[in-house]
Amino acid sequence: MAPLVEMTGITKEFTGVKALSGVDFRLEPGEVHVLFGENGAGKSTLISILSGVFRQTVGTLRIDGVEAELNSVHDAAARGIGTVFQEFSLVPTLRVFENMYLGREPRSGPFIDRGAMRDGARRVFTELGFDIDINRRVSDLSRAQQQMVEIGKALLARARVLILDEPTASLTEKETRKLFDFIVKAKADGVGIVYISHRIQEFAQIADRISVLRDGRLIGTVSARGTSERELVELMTGRSIDQIYPDISRTRDGATVMSLRNVQTWGVRGASIQVRAGEVLGVAGLVGSGKSRVWRGALGLQPLISGQISLKGRDVTGLPTRKLLRDGIFYLSPDRKNEGLQLMATARDNIALSLLDRPDVSRSLGFVSPGRIRQLSSEIGRRVDISPAYMKRAVVNLSGGNQQKVLFGKGFGQEREVYIFDEPTVGVDMGTRAALYRLIKEIAEAGKAVVLISSDLPEVMNLAHRLLVFSQGRISAELEGPSITEENVLKHFFTDAREPA
Amino acid sequence: MTDQSASKLAGPAGLLKALFIRLGVLPFFLAAALIIFSLVSTQFLSMQNLTNVARQSVYLVLVSLGQMLVLISGGFDLAVGTAIAVTSVVSAMAMVALAAWMPDMVWVAILLGGLAGFGSALLIGALNGLGVAQFGVSPFIMTLGVQSVGAGIALFLTGGVPVSGLPFEFGNFFGFGRIFGVPVPVLFALVGIVVIWLLMNRTRFGAHLYAVGGNLKAANLSGVHTKRTLFLAYVACALLSSIAGVLMTARVESGETNLGGTIALESIAACVIAGVSLRGGIGRVENVVLGAFFITLLQNGMNMAQIGSYLQMILLGSLLILAVIFDQVRYRMLMGIR
Repeated sequence: MAPLVEMTGITKEFTGVKALSGVDFRLEPGEVHVLFGENGAGKSTLISILSGVFRQTVGTLRIDGVEAELNSVHDAAARGIGTVFQEFSLVPTLRVFENMYLGREPRSGPFIDRGAMRDGARRVFTELGFDIDINRRVSDLSRAQQQMVEIGKALLARARVLILDEPTASLTEKETRKLFDFIVKAKADGVGIVYISHRIQEFAQIADRISVLRDGRLIGTVSARGTSERELVELMTGRSIDQIYPDISRTRDGATVMSLRNVQTWGVRGASIQVRAGEVLGVAGLVGSGKSRVWRGALGLQPLISGQISLKGRDVTGLPTRKLLRDGIFYLSPDRKNEGLQLMATARDNIALSLLDRPDVSRSLGFVSPGRIRQLSSEIGRRVDISPAYMKRAVVNLSGGNQQKVLFGKGFGQEREVYIFDEPTVGVDMGTRAALYRLIKEIAEAGKAVVLISSDLPEVMNLAHRLLVFSQGRISAELEGPSITEENVLKHFFTDAREPA
Repeated sequence: MTDQSASKLAGPAGLLKALFIRLGVLPFFLAAALIIFSLVSTQFLSMQNLTNVARQSVYLVLVSLGQMLVLISGGFDLAVGTAIAVTSVVSAMAMVALAAWMPDMVWVAILLGGLAGFGSALLIGALNGLGVAQFGVSPFIMTLGVQSVGAGIALFLTGGVPVSGLPFEFGNFFGFGRIFGVPVPVLFALVGIVVIWLLMNRTRFGAHLYAVGGNLKAANLSGVHTKRTLFLAYVACALLSSIAGVLMTARVESGETNLGGTIALESIAACVIAGVSLRGGIGRVENVVLGAFFITLLQNGMNMAQIGSYLQMILLGSLLILAVIFDQVRYRMLMGIR
């Protein structure tokens, strides 16, 4: 029997950048095939080709042994390929059942049959055992519920190939179990499942085979049984774990530089945090747990409902963001494209922007010294390891890793006391990560306070001296030293019982 | 969730907040207008005046329905006034020429003239749709540009002089006629409302339009033909404006380039006040009809209160901005509470 999907020699180039080169991938009926790799390794590109979002530059794609050309998501769906995207393909302003049938509304005569849509949607969720009110607007649902709608939507199409891109990223343990039950059922029906996840511990439960990608190449396909977690990580990164995360020495009993007291803001229901000098404070939690928003609230990036913020012993509650930044806080946005960088400007100009307030670049009448700025920005460029040739390129043309280095560089323009890094290594390759981690080490060991907010568990666990876990808008645990274990952290992701919506 | 969290606040304040989140600012504006104007003039609430307002509101209702389609798609159409002017001029010129050519078949001339008007508006809508959907020009710039182009064409065709000598039957029926006592323009509006309601609530096009405006990327990933949907929204908007244009031409009994001069602003105001989100994806037909009715009612009331037209412009503009501010607040309440 021909495999459900057979991709051979798939190469994909985006204007000058090779996202995939010569990747082979096979999916058999009734198989769960895991794609494993870092961010930017090419997993998303590969499934985007399979689900019809992009066309491959080179290579062939066979479905049931027949060569296929997928020109749109619609094409792929028509051939029985259903995808649960990581970036949700839900329309927040529409109701659940409207979303599930979007693009394939059943009709009676010229009109859509809303009754049939409601029935069909309800049936899918009953089958899945998910408890969702199909008449609610998607914007009213929690992220986990949205994820379940997304899964329901793919199932509704009776897909034979189901692509799940990080489906458990925002599910609770109970919901994850339900999803796995469903996966087992679907396997028995001969559905082939492509499964993307960073959670290695899940693989043992459901996976049959694992394909590891690195830098757009297939490193190998291994059987899920008999491959250890350590082996997988080393396949993924191409180096041993100890080489990646530096050992950061900690200042004992460092002074409290910044403190948050009972902060309430959107998505945060009260959190008190002490930020100490010479220490890396890790902040973990699911997307939507409030781990990032508590800082955004403190910095005035979203309205602060109540609570007090103090910086170096001074009450700074409610001060505008620019004043807080001037007073010694550096905030690295998780969204470098929208919030962090001027994409059309050069790397140098982006870094220079953070230098304009320095007294040593000012001349009389408010002019600045271009020569001094040039010199300083070059120094910073060297420090964060951006090659001089890249300094004069528009940031939009740089790789994710180099963009992130520029963003880090903006933090070195002036002396700061507190460095808040929100998802500092999103979409960054392992080599750059190691470089960024070394920068974090330098900063912390120079006696500054570092706050590291991250969804990447190994990252926060390995770098943080003290780790806060957020769940449902509150701090559910504060761990220190040896008590920072994966089991402990994950347990606290879900401790707070979910409120009735 | 929004009603529940709002109802946690006890008493009338919570009720008002729930009402605001659900329906937007319109009920409050409408209540305020009714109270103020009925105090100023005893005639205001008379049946005769309200019927009059209903008849006057027909044109704005039709255009606002079109504007709503485009707003829901996430854009807006500044060229609705131009669509009206071009329709007026083209249909009038065609009717005059055809009626002279075949004096025995006045109704054929009227029909063909009307179709010529629709055809010209269709071109305007297609131009807008092409620019926005295919070339990704921002709706603001595209429709602003087309608005200038269309106005220029209308002026060029007529030299700025109104086109007179329209067949008597045209104005008599489409402008002033009644069927079973109901003014003909009102019938057009009623049919328009029903058709657009069905379109938005019961057809794929409607579902896709809400989706495109709600999240373009998600709609695309769900297999919605987003470009076609956007394109059709602009075409439909121009056609609805064009119908209003023909009816207005019949009412003034001449083809005029200055018809619909302020209607872009008025229709956007009507929609926004009626809770259509400027971010797209949200908006209901019945509320928009009420919104357009409200704007006409407001103008009627201000006339009765003898507020000059200059001052009316100031008030209308301020009201639009106020409505947008309230929309912003409401959006935050909708999206922020979780």
